[in-house]
Amino acid sequence: MAVATEAQFHVLAVDDSLPDRKLIERLLKTSSFQVTTVDSGSKALEFLGLHDHEDSPISVHADQLDVAVNLIITDYCMPGMTGYELLKKIKESSNLRDIPVVIMSSENIPSRINRCLEEGADEFFLKPVRLSDMSKLKPHILKSRCKEHYQQEEHLQSNNSMNPTNENSSSISSSCHKRKAVDGEILLHTIRPRHC
Amino acid sequence: MVFMQGFLDEQFNQLEELQDESSPNFVEEVVDLFFKDSSRLLTNIEQAIDKYPQDFYRLDSLVHQFKGSGSSIGALRVKNECSVFKAHCNDRSLEGCRRSFQKIKREHATLKQKLESYFQLLRQVGPREYAVCSRK
Repeated sequence: MAVATEAQFHVLAVDDSLPDRKLIERLLKTSSFQVTTVDSGSKALEFLGLHDHEDSPISVHADQLDVAVNLIITDYCMPGMTGYELLKKIKESSNLRDIPVVIMSSENIPSRINRCLEEGADEFFLKPVRLSDMSKLKPHILKSRCKEHYQQEEHLQSNNSMNPTNENSSSISSSCHKRKAVDGEILLHTIRPRHC
Repeated sequence: MVFMQGFLDEQFNQLEELQDESSPNFVEEVVDLFFKDSSRLLTNIEQAIDKYPQDFYRLDSLVHQFKGSGSSIGALRVKNECSVFKAHCNDRSLEGCRRSFQKIKREHATLKQKLESYFQLLRQVGPREYAVCSRK
């Protein structure tokens, strides 16, 4: 019996298909993620604290997010709001845009994949998703946390002209940049053509 | 699992790999969810086929959903017949869709029967033997 020594990352999984939700939940739990599943883009936004009202602008308040979400994985083809539309809404939100988003689709359509990546998706999985795909998730979570840390450090540095921790911060930020470059290369290789 | 050959693909093995002591009935649970979901979809597809004028876009969308869940459990023959159906939608061939739909229903019913027998057999054989059997 394994003892969890590190904090679990929390993934929000979005899929309108019931068997697929069960599968993605199991894949994520087996890979030591904490999981919340929802069956639509609008429920995902609700969970994330975004309320899409026609008469008021989309806004999120920090206290509405009861549980931190470290990554969002969503199906592309869903009735109502598609995974792509959900991705766009997440990237438009200043509070949520740094959460890595992964898109899943049963169709291998290069223009679709490119459109999602251009909109800011971190990864694109072909369905059915496999256990081996799960190992690609943690690097994206760590990369975004690293970026967040770097941004916080940069903010601190610009505020404090005499910052005693300057040296430490710069070494952390340079390793963050390195990690970013490596992940970029990995991303290009993971999009493998597969027959539907 | 010789008697399932041709009906299921490698994705079914992937499901079995995910089953363990913490989730001992995972495969059967996912399969049950598929059949619940697919029964509903089949009814909707049947209604959409009989509707006039035909909405091939909607038909394609329904079969696409069906194909997707089918491929998640490794339902190979069902998945392949869905591709044929989608091709008929693309050609706007109602007759082709009707024929293909009959095949889908048959494959679906056969798969359901076979999987029911399979899970029944596993219950009789017991967990240790299942671990041995599933390696083939």
